Amino acid sequence: MRLRDLPAIVYVIIAIGFIFLPVVVLVQFSFQDGILPVPPFKGFSTQWYERVFDNRRLMEALWNSVLVGLLSSLVATVLGFLAAYGLARSRPRFAGAVQYLLMAPITVSYLIIGMGLLITFNMSGIGKSLLAIGIGHVVINLPLTFAILYSQMGEHQANVERAAHDLGAGDLQALLLITMPMLWPALLAAFFIAFTLSWDEFVIAFLLSRFDVTLPVIIWSMLRSGLSPELNAVGTLVFGVSILLALLVEFALRRGRRTK
Amino acid sequence: MKRWAYVPALLWTALFFILPLSAMLALSFTERVAGRTVWSFSLANYAAFFTRADGAFVEALLNSMEVTVAVTVLSILVAYPLAYILAYRVPARWQRLLLVLVVLPFWTSYVIRSYSWLLVLSENGTLNAAMTGLGLIDQPIGLGNTRGATILGFVHFFTMLLTLTIYANLVQIKESYRKAAADLGASAAQVFLRITLPLSLPGVAVGAFLTFVLAIGDYITPQILGGSRELLLPQAIMLQIGRQADFPLASALSMILMLVVTVAFLLFARRLKMERV
Repeated sequence: MRLRDLPAIVYVIIAIGFIFLPVVVLVQFSFQDGILPVPPFKGFSTQWYERVFDNRRLMEALWNSVLVGLLSSLVATVLGFLAAYGLARSRPRFAGAVQYLLMAPITVSYLIIGMGLLITFNMSGIGKSLLAIGIGHVVINLPLTFAILYSQMGEHQANVERAAHDLGAGDLQALLLITMPMLWPALLAAFFIAFTLSWDEFVIAFLLSRFDVTLPVIIWSMLRSGLSPELNAVGTLVFGVSILLALLVEFALRRGRRTK
Repeated sequence: MKRWAYVPALLWTALFFILPLSAMLALSFTERVAGRTVWSFSLANYAAFFTRADGAFVEALLNSMEVTVAVTVLSILVAYPLAYILAYRVPARWQRLLLVLVVLPFWTSYVIRSYSWLLVLSENGTLNAAMTGLGLIDQPIGLGNTRGATILGFVHFFTMLLTLTIYANLVQIKESYRKAAADLGASAAQVFLRITLPLSLPGVAVGAFLTFVLAIGDYITPQILGGSRELLLPQAIMLQIGRQADFPLASALSMILMLVVTVAFLLFARRLKMERV
């Protein structure tokens, strides 16, 4: 370490301080032994976590979030995979247009996507429900799963698929026994990224839910009654799950790089 | 089968994205009379945007633009040095770890993230406690419910996003370019201004575009941190849905928001292409 590096080191420390400040405050005051999540810190207590786990509405919302997240990510990954596979292998004449259409939702605000779905569902009678939220989450995640998987569809896999076809495999066999196993890390990464976004998504879930709500929606309604260490505890748990998912993505992508 | 594999995804997008947006477009040209939607062509909602007596909608759009531009510029200014240090000053084997660490809070849900900033900024919150403790101020000051709080919350998130895009760009610039420039007598500042900076602009542009799109369409951050003293466009849209259930007007406002994003996209797209030449 040289003197020349000092400004850089100071800058990184300040930047990391800024980036971690809200997270540290969130986590620290989830253990507050008092009723307000603000200084002074009165001592370590896990009472707020007990409150969270005893809160039936919160636990129901947690379960709803997991359910919506798992199913919508599964659908988004399967649709994204099929689309990437179809476009990469058959190269239709209008592939550019299809790609553009599939990526389009990424440029539109979640608020507008949610409102559009609300209007459409009101007209068609599907109504506000977990199903409606799940459909919305597939819409926002499909561009991402498609983009991730499309970027991983290389010539290498195409050659192995061709070999499989020469040995008598049908399309479906080649897809299930060759393409999917080879793309396993990318499929996992796409699935976990989709799950993370669904898990954290608020506006669409807020607009499309009535009685069955997801975790961010219930956190939002708790927020209206002001600051509370219970909110910190829920927030810390949600954050913890997101970090875990992020690490899984990192792990999956790293394995993908190694097997290449 | 191969040939049709992309059809399900396309159908999904058509049914749950194109169709709803088309419905909104159609709805934006209808009018609401006495609480009911009248299905006849009308520009009333778009006229309302410009002519509403208190100018609330135009103001909301202007507020949104000001906040978004400020956020984009500030985030670039904070993120660029960070990405630069990570890419060029940190030993290669530590880079990935440090990058993951730096963007870890990126994964907090946006409701939680805004709430956490509220904790930091509130009158009896951490920042006020720290400043009073240090003797910088005698009286705690209310930092929440201001435009500054909204901007701070946004800059926090988009600094992480921009650090990622700029870093990804910087590590791709060949070291030989910088070495060649230095060999030919360029000073460190010249190498940065004439080699590194121009070559890193695509990464900045990608990040800036994402920042612009995500910030201008976000409802949560301004609602939680900015309060309702001034409205940004997404808040104005949400008000139409929530309190009034006026979907035609909300649709028209959404179309205007999408138009702004499209214009921004075209501007950025041109910039990106020019960089490639």
